[in-house]
Amino acid sequence: MSGHDSKYFSTTKKGEIPELKEELNSQYKDKRKDAVKKVIAAMTVGKDVSSLFTDVVNCMQTENLELKKLVYLYLINYAKSQPDLAILAVNTFVKDSQDPNPLIRALAVRTMGCIRVDKITEYLCDPLQRCLKDDDPYVRKTAAICVAKLYDINAELVEDRGFLESLKDLISDNNPMVVANAVAALAEIQENSSRPIFEITSHTLSKLLTALNECTEWGQVFILDALSRYKAADAREAENIVERVTPRLQHANCAVVLSAVKMILQQMELITSTDVVRNLCKKMAPPLVTLLSAEPEIQYVALRNINLIVQRRPTILAHEIKVFFCKYNDPIYVKMEKLEIMIKLASDRNIDQVLLEFKEYATEVDVDFVRKAVRAIGRCAIKLERAAERCISVLLELIKIKVNYVVQEAIIVIKDIFRRYPNTYESIIATLCESLDTLDEPEAKASMIWIIGEYAERIDNADELLESFLESFPEEPAQVQLQLLTATVKLFLKKPTEGPQQMIQVVLNNATVETDNPDLRDRAYIYWRLLSTDPEAAKDVVLAEKPVISDDSNQLDPSLLDELLANIATLSSVYHKPPEAFVTRVKTATPRTDDDDYPNGSDPGYSDAPSQVVDGGASPQTSSSSPYTATRQQAPPPAAPAPAAPVPDLLGDLIGLDNSAIVPVDEPADSSAPSLPILLPASTGQGLQISAQLTRQDGQIFYSMLFENNSQIPLDGFMIQFNKNTFGLAAAGPLQVPQLQAGTSARTLLPMVLFQNMSAGPPSSILQVAVKNNQQPVWYFNDKIFLHVLFTEDGRMERGSFLETWRSLPDSNEVPKDLPGIVINNAEATLDQLAASNMFFIAKRKNANQDVFYFSAKIPRGVPFLIELTTVIGNPGVKCAIKTPNPDIASLFFEALESLLKA
Amino acid sequence: MPVAASAIYFLNLRGDVLINRLYRDDVGGNMVDAFRTHIMQTKELGTCPVRQIGGCSFFYMRISNVYIVIVVSSNANVACAFKFVVEAVALFKSYFGGAFDEDAIRNNFVLIYELLDEIMDFGYPQNLSPEILKLYITQEGVRSPFSSKPTDRPVPNATLQVTGAVGWRREGLVYKKNEVFLDIVESVNLLMSSKGSVLRCDVTGKILMKCFLSGMPDLKLGLNDKIGLEKESQLKSRPTKSGKTIELDDVTFHQCVNLTRFNSEKTVSFVPPDGEFELMKYRITEGVNLPFRVLPTIKELGRTRMEVNVKVKSVFGAKMFALGVVIKIPVPKQTAKTSFQVTSGRAKYNASIDCLVWKIRKFPGQTEPTMSAEVELISTMAEKKSWTRPPIQMEFQVPMFTASGLRVRFLKVWEKSGYNTVEWVRYITKAGSYEIRC
Repeated sequence: MSGHDSKYFSTTKKGEIPELKEELNSQYKDKRKDAVKKVIAAMTVGKDVSSLFTDVVNCMQTENLELKKLVYLYLINYAKSQPDLAILAVNTFVKDSQDPNPLIRALAVRTMGCIRVDKITEYLCDPLQRCLKDDDPYVRKTAAICVAKLYDINAELVEDRGFLESLKDLISDNNPMVVANAVAALAEIQENSSRPIFEITSHTLSKLLTALNECTEWGQVFILDALSRYKAADAREAENIVERVTPRLQHANCAVVLSAVKMILQQMELITSTDVVRNLCKKMAPPLVTLLSAEPEIQYVALRNINLIVQRRPTILAHEIKVFFCKYNDPIYVKMEKLEIMIKLASDRNIDQVLLEFKEYATEVDVDFVRKAVRAIGRCAIKLERAAERCISVLLELIKIKVNYVVQEAIIVIKDIFRRYPNTYESIIATLCESLDTLDEPEAKASMIWIIGEYAERIDNADELLESFLESFPEEPAQVQLQLLTATVKLFLKKPTEGPQQMIQVVLNNATVETDNPDLRDRAYIYWRLLSTDPEAAKDVVLAEKPVISDDSNQLDPSLLDELLANIATLSSVYHKPPEAFVTRVKTATPRTDDDDYPNGSDPGYSDAPSQVVDGGASPQTSSSSPYTATRQQAPPPAAPAPAAPVPDLLGDLIGLDNSAIVPVDEPADSSAPSLPILLPASTGQGLQISAQLTRQDGQIFYSMLFENNSQIPLDGFMIQFNKNTFGLAAAGPLQVPQLQAGTSARTLLPMVLFQNMSAGPPSSILQVAVKNNQQPVWYFNDKIFLHVLFTEDGRMERGSFLETWRSLPDSNEVPKDLPGIVINNAEATLDQLAASNMFFIAKRKNANQDVFYFSAKIPRGVPFLIELTTVIGNPGVKCAIKTPNPDIASLFFEALESLLKA
Repeated sequence: MPVAASAIYFLNLRGDVLINRLYRDDVGGNMVDAFRTHIMQTKELGTCPVRQIGGCSFFYMRISNVYIVIVVSSNANVACAFKFVVEAVALFKSYFGGAFDEDAIRNNFVLIYELLDEIMDFGYPQNLSPEILKLYITQEGVRSPFSSKPTDRPVPNATLQVTGAVGWRREGLVYKKNEVFLDIVESVNLLMSSKGSVLRCDVTGKILMKCFLSGMPDLKLGLNDKIGLEKESQLKSRPTKSGKTIELDDVTFHQCVNLTRFNSEKTVSFVPPDGEFELMKYRITEGVNLPFRVLPTIKELGRTRMEVNVKVKSVFGAKMFALGVVIKIPVPKQTAKTSFQVTSGRAKYNASIDCLVWKIRKFPGQTEPTMSAEVELISTMAEKKSWTRPPIQMEFQVPMFTASGLRVRFLKVWEKSGYNTVEWVRYITKAGSYEIRC
């Protein structure tokens, strides 16, 4: 029964919108329906059809359910951009919510909840109240979710109208799906509130466990996830709960299985009987293994979770290591995770088998996988003392294959093995030395040099070997230089003959006078001083016995592991990070909240997040004026605490990213929003004043604009156009500003794209803008492009690559500039501030009384900037030098930098 | 939080949005651009199915020529999200008659919008059973009754069935002939070392069911698994009948199976959905009967010549036979010339996959055909690295054979009208990933 909808995508060349308008108003039903389909098709491919709003809404009153659904879909997408017109739909919604057909009643409530427009929300309350008590379970289950939607828009309203109570009543509903949705809604509301709203008592617990048997698979997930927060009173209760949850392990739906595992693991912490625990472990193993025959993406999620589970309960899968053997055709992300788990499960019993596998993997094609396999052998050697010798012999076999990256990886792990088992396996050093010439990776080189230095007395030609590295000392990466320095000192201390003495002179000279690397220089000076004052003390320091290292394959901190296990199946368990590390959403503080009365610990993810609330900017009290700020506050990106830069326009960020991309807000600018520079003063614009600035948020460039209508007439039909400019900045969508009544204002965030209409000629920071509306002539004004708006989030460079890039660029690409008026008083604050604008700190050194800072930044299309700032803290005057492949935009860079440092 | 998605996108391979649906407004509509620039257009694509970009996380799957991308900004339930995608695709396929690709999406976008609205609400998955959804979401749309005549409803209790305890079967089905078809389909996964020892071996099986039954029947399925039989003999207090019993490592069931009852009584009882569905999946690692043994000897003679000898032994009953047997033996990229001798089937060199491919259409049990090949290589100086041998792979199907030894002992059908049912059972074993290192 394949459809033929694709015909709706074909467009008539011009005049599409007027044509659609005409068809929408046709007297024939079928024609109207086809027209709506065309509108939806246009919407799907991203065309702006918001101007047809009234015409589409007129089709809403229909008895054709399919047509009605399409109109509703249109409303969800465009109501926010036409809030005044959206009110036209309210009557039909309210009427539909009383339709005799339950499908229509539910549809009306479901859709109204998706339309986040104040005026619609007001009218939602009465229908919602009715639907929560509807006779039909389908309507009730839809209404339950709708309460969560409404809470997200206006929490206060939900509490005032008593919806929370109605929702709690639904937990006792006789229909399992209604129960499940009510639980989901309550759990979500609880997560976003700091007051206790949904507390699971032992009574609700048993009710929900019963409902579990009858729910759909998804309902089971909702219930299990909600119940996993429940803390059983004692071991007996925990056992009872577990007993009722274990049948879920046999479910075909992986989400049900993982949620059940989560709940069982939580309760197991309380269970004291070792028999019961052992039995549970036995029961959990098969379903976990079965997850590995699902789709690769699901396998990946399962493997990340199993990684956590075996850290807490290694016995569960102790005998199942074979299922983690990699299949030749497994996707690389599955192979990598399997390898990690194999290391964790490796034991004296299975190590021979495991080593054979690792050896096999070390000959595969994918380089990253091969490296990880080699490293895995080393990690097993460190972990299992009795197997160390076998691991080493496998490594030696691999070295003999002479595949370059295998050899290098092997040498890196062998260094660690030497650290773990000193004075045991040094006999293999000779074999290692044979591969010396092939090493070209810093870490491998550094490891080999460390080995030579550490065992200098056993290697006859240690001095020759080290000497061969010395010639290239200045070109080596810092990691290798540091090891060379230390190894030469060790050699000298162990064999204080003439050769090493000369070498040490060369090295110390290289590492002090010739280098810019402060770490290297500091270390060299310390050695120098030690050697010159007291060689015996030097021996004690440099040749001191090293602490034995241990295996790092169980690296997660126990408390973090606890938290991650409580989050099984969620993103947190996949990233192995606590939720607050990547969720930027902050819990709502409802006006009557008293934060302290909420028992700590029931939601560890949020209990220690008050700093984010503070940083969020807008105070919760503004909630009454704007529903959006009440429910969502964007926390600053973790890398940049307290961004002082004029970046986040809070209001805009919260709502501006929506599907219609740009949304105006009726209210005048919030006082906390940054003030924008006035580009078109009211005096020039016949009463229209436009302020605007380019900003960067979440990796996107926006043109943040404020329109103020000080004229006597309403203005509408705003449009914007950008002239060709150096970076080809252009609007990513049409400007959407509602009709501006006299004396009102509107703010908008216009998403921008780069490289659209690029101008030829020398680079310039000028951005020429034209704005028009239906009532006035076209207004032209100029804005300035500050380069830092273009700095991308991925501009951070590693030290090594920074140095390399700096060296690789010819000196002609270096542009110096004095910024005499700038004072840096607080280096920390400045670094933070620059980081907030994606200018990343690399290193710092002192040069006499001056501080020299290095930064990196990148603009799109991968053009890097390497920046050196020299200043005396607290004194005016900053010297700046940059190196970049595009020195012709240096002047723009300095303009941006100056404005950033001044801010 | 069991939220599975804030938005879902269907993209073609170029990254154009075919259709999308925003369920929550905590992610923006342009977030998919980030996916395009940071994942699709980089070599990150395919390295990890869960990625964080800025404040949002992306989960994606590729199905034929479509990327399905889920965007969230909260700590969403990833397992739930992926499973939702898998189930949604199955649902769309059942609506479109099997195909799910770019064209199918374009041709059915109205229907997909409608389904997306129904199967997920505010990011929470709802009922995804095709059986039930087809009651009230059809290609042409259900005509709504005139509001003055509520009795005219086209599907009087669709809503009750969506939310009901038996949310996968509608009431009032009538068939003239009541039939049930059971297909036991097993995949054997094998990883064998070059020395012939079994490194890993398991069978993943599924029982596919096609039901054409009237009314609301209660079904009970009996297999020759050890635990089930033991439980049964315990209950009836008579000893287990002799015969082969097998041990299932793990079983998972379709949501229609009563899990609590399975847990306590070890019986598989259920009210089936109408039509075709997957009743259960199982996994077995002990006592697997491998249908084929592969004995390869590959000799590299100097730098330019290789000798490949492969013997394949069928170890199932002589009266049975395997179909569509394909053995793929990898050879180096620089293969220039090959010559073959086979005692059965045909062999040739396939340069696009760098393999010698030996096909035997019908392969009787208890036979052992051989293939020997001579491979000449172009000698290249550039190829410093020695050739790493990928494993030999094998495909086959053996009808009426189960590698696990699983048998259906009975399938009982109860319905209050007491009709008779005809049951059909078929067995087939296929190769899963059947790999022999060499």
